[in-house]
Amino acid sequence: MRQEGVMHHAVVRLLGLVPTLLVLITIAFFLIRMAPGGPFDGEKILPAEIRANLDANYHLDEPLVQQYFRYLGQILTGDFGPSFQYKDWTVNELIAQGFPVSATLGGLAMLAAFILGTLIGTVAALRQNSATDYSIMGVAMLGISIPNFVIAPLLILVLAVYAGWLPAGGWDWSWQRMVLPVITLALPVVAYIARLTRGSMIEVLHSNYIRTARAKGLPESLVIRRHAFKPAILPVISYMGPATAALITGSVVIERIYSIPGLGSYFVQGALNRDYTLVMGVVIFYGVVIVVLNFIVDLLYAWLNPRIRYDETQ
Amino acid sequence: MTPLMQAVSTTAFLRGFLVSGLLALAACGDNDGDFGRSPEQRPQPVELVLLESGQPDPAVLAREQIVRRGNGEEPETLDPHLALGMPASHILRDLFEGLTSESVDGDLVPGVALRWNISRDARTYTFYLHRDLVWSNGDPLTAEDFVYSLRRALDPETASSAARTLMPILNAREVLAGEVPVEELAISLLDEHTMQITLTGPTPYFLELLASPVAYPVNRRNVEELGSQFSKTARLVSNGAYVLVDWKPRTLIELQKNPRFREAGQTIMERVIYIPTEDRATEVKQFRAGELDWTNEVPNNQFKWLQSHYPDELVVSPWMGSYFFGFNLTQEPFIDNPSLRMALILSIDRSIITDKVTQFGEMPSFALVPPGIDGYVPFSPEYTDWSQGDRNHEARRLYEQAGYSEENPLRIEIRYNTSDNNKKIALAIASMWKQTLGVNATLVNEEFRVFLQNREQKVITQVFRAGWISDYNDPYSFLELFRTGHARNDYGYSNTTFDALLDEVGTERVRARRERLMFEAERVLISDHVIIPVFTYVTKRLVNPHLKGWQNNVMDHHPSRFMFMLKSLEPETPGETQ
Repeated sequence: MRQEGVMHHAVVRLLGLVPTLLVLITIAFFLIRMAPGGPFDGEKILPAEIRANLDANYHLDEPLVQQYFRYLGQILTGDFGPSFQYKDWTVNELIAQGFPVSATLGGLAMLAAFILGTLIGTVAALRQNSATDYSIMGVAMLGISIPNFVIAPLLILVLAVYAGWLPAGGWDWSWQRMVLPVITLALPVVAYIARLTRGSMIEVLHSNYIRTARAKGLPESLVIRRHAFKPAILPVISYMGPATAALITGSVVIERIYSIPGLGSYFVQGALNRDYTLVMGVVIFYGVVIVVLNFIVDLLYAWLNPRIRYDETQ
Repeated sequence: MTPLMQAVSTTAFLRGFLVSGLLALAACGDNDGDFGRSPEQRPQPVELVLLESGQPDPAVLAREQIVRRGNGEEPETLDPHLALGMPASHILRDLFEGLTSESVDGDLVPGVALRWNISRDARTYTFYLHRDLVWSNGDPLTAEDFVYSLRRALDPETASSAARTLMPILNAREVLAGEVPVEELAISLLDEHTMQITLTGPTPYFLELLASPVAYPVNRRNVEELGSQFSKTARLVSNGAYVLVDWKPRTLIELQKNPRFREAGQTIMERVIYIPTEDRATEVKQFRAGELDWTNEVPNNQFKWLQSHYPDELVVSPWMGSYFFGFNLTQEPFIDNPSLRMALILSIDRSIITDKVTQFGEMPSFALVPPGIDGYVPFSPEYTDWSQGDRNHEARRLYEQAGYSEENPLRIEIRYNTSDNNKKIALAIASMWKQTLGVNATLVNEEFRVFLQNREQKVITQVFRAGWISDYNDPYSFLELFRTGHARNDYGYSNTTFDALLDEVGTERVRARRERLMFEAERVLISDHVIIPVFTYVTKRLVNPHLKGWQNNVMDHHPSRFMFMLKSLEPETPGETQ
């Protein structure tokens, strides 16, 4: 019965994806076209004849509504079209090249952040209001407050330029080139997860069933691992959905500073260049990733929390 | 799974994700790399020894001839007929060669064309091509390739923005407009190695245009076989000093020496790796960590530091670009108000801007055309030689003459596209105006395309950032911007004398007379107070002292085929370095 409930829930959620994306596509499509200037406007103005050829080539000479439906038809076939800016590449190719990079860095960063964050958050909670707690949370606060565009150049300067242990920038899938970006991406997330874990762990430790567990004489470590940990990381899990989506789709700051060919820069470059197809492509892609991750979070939630079950018969 | 998910091929991503993870693991351990040379341990090159031929002595060359060049933004395409930006053209100059070419110092020299004749009316060019040239795939390179390529560049189907460069060719406009078929283009084949191009009117810089990427030949078979994909893989057939080996978007573009190139015998550099460097600060760090031999730029605010820490590496050289501000002459307060415009032009201390704000040895300027372009000496107004005190004195007089005073100050907006550098310069100018004249200037920054649109509409702009970096080595490129009705004439400037002078420049064949006409046109423009000249640009970069063979030039064109890498000095007392 429970299995069916989950399946039902999955189908409903995936069907819900369609109107969500349609709204997203529609808003993004008209918004980017409302921005002043077009993809072919530059400091050097094009002769009218050339401008007309370009517009015809990219169907920009058609009425906007017609362009919109043309675009909808096109993405239904799975084609995001050619990039206006990067003329040798299609948007599909650019995403297919950028996403594995961003996903690897973001995935590793999230993994590291989750392990480290829950660990130090739990430690802080167990030593509530002690010097350990305050120093951990102080450092965590620092991690959240210092922006990554400060951390990143500092790390490069110290570890790459002075020490020479790691490369300063660039990309070739070697672990050396991943270390600094992963650290930079993970730091604020570690801090955030630690704070979330600490807060909810303290709350859970004061609940009745923990008191019962302790009263039964279970060792403290078992109480934490078996009874407190799962409910305590629930808020972390719900935070992780959108946070993972943001991490694995790339960060423009990290990518610029470390010269990484990820997905994040395409959002910003695409928008600045009025590269309509590229912006639309990454927006839709990002939308899908968020919806899917939120769905996974829901499933995890149900698994972790006995009070939430997708069981219609209950 | 929804169709949308299939659209971006989830499985491919998952595979990429897993493979990448495994690769990352596999790469552990090896590659402890040559990054990490601290400044103190930087090796020094041996002294350059040239042979009688002018080539370097092989004994001084490094064993591995490879150069890694920081190249700015990711190039938009390597299709020479579509490429626009500087990052792409740096690479294309290595991959292809046009009818004309450039020497190491940026001067025009014969390329694929051995020589040429120009008709008496300066409209018909006959090109005689080298007879035994081949493409990188071995196909013979003939005049027919150029006819095909120029037609392709101008074909409406190609939809090239770069094609504007070729518009001086007779019938080019009609072909682009789709009014006549592309065969009507005034380019004809005389025999296998001879071709003729006829122009609409005399165009003194036409030979220079032919050295730009849009006039490069592409291999017909290559293009027809691979379509729009032809320029992005190692299958690209080219005729220049190098061939494309690999292009990983936003990671690197790798070139390898083309042994079939016309002058392959003189080409020493074997491999060229172009690395996109979007962030200037990171680019400098990559250079300092030994990952780059050549940076595209350096950040403005690091000049003093680099000058003291990297004196041998830092290279600063004049560039053919001008930085100035423009007045909107169609609106208050500048319409019909030359005294006010003159007051604002005079009351800026340019040496403070170049010494304290931009700090890169830019040259203060009072005119439009930068010096050093093709022998042209720019017009220099009388106040160039005044002291800043005298200029300010005169500015105050003109300001009052225009009806403004301390009680009734001028209120204006300085508009610029968002950038740190523009902001600092605008801020400096605003405070100089405030100090000298009492002007209340507000800074308005806008995203680039919004800014361009506002400039073009000429409604809300008053004083705005302008500037121009020329595509070709000719002052005309700067002057034509101010012609009545020119699309980039965002000043609303219109002067019949100026327009008539430019018309004459267009038809004048005698170089000295043409230069005098341009000088006169520039004089008219500057005397009309249309722009606020600030400085002329410089190029600034870090270069590995081992890298030689290149030369500074106003075009900032540096083909890799002239470059070579010197070997390092052996440490004198090896024992000490242990």
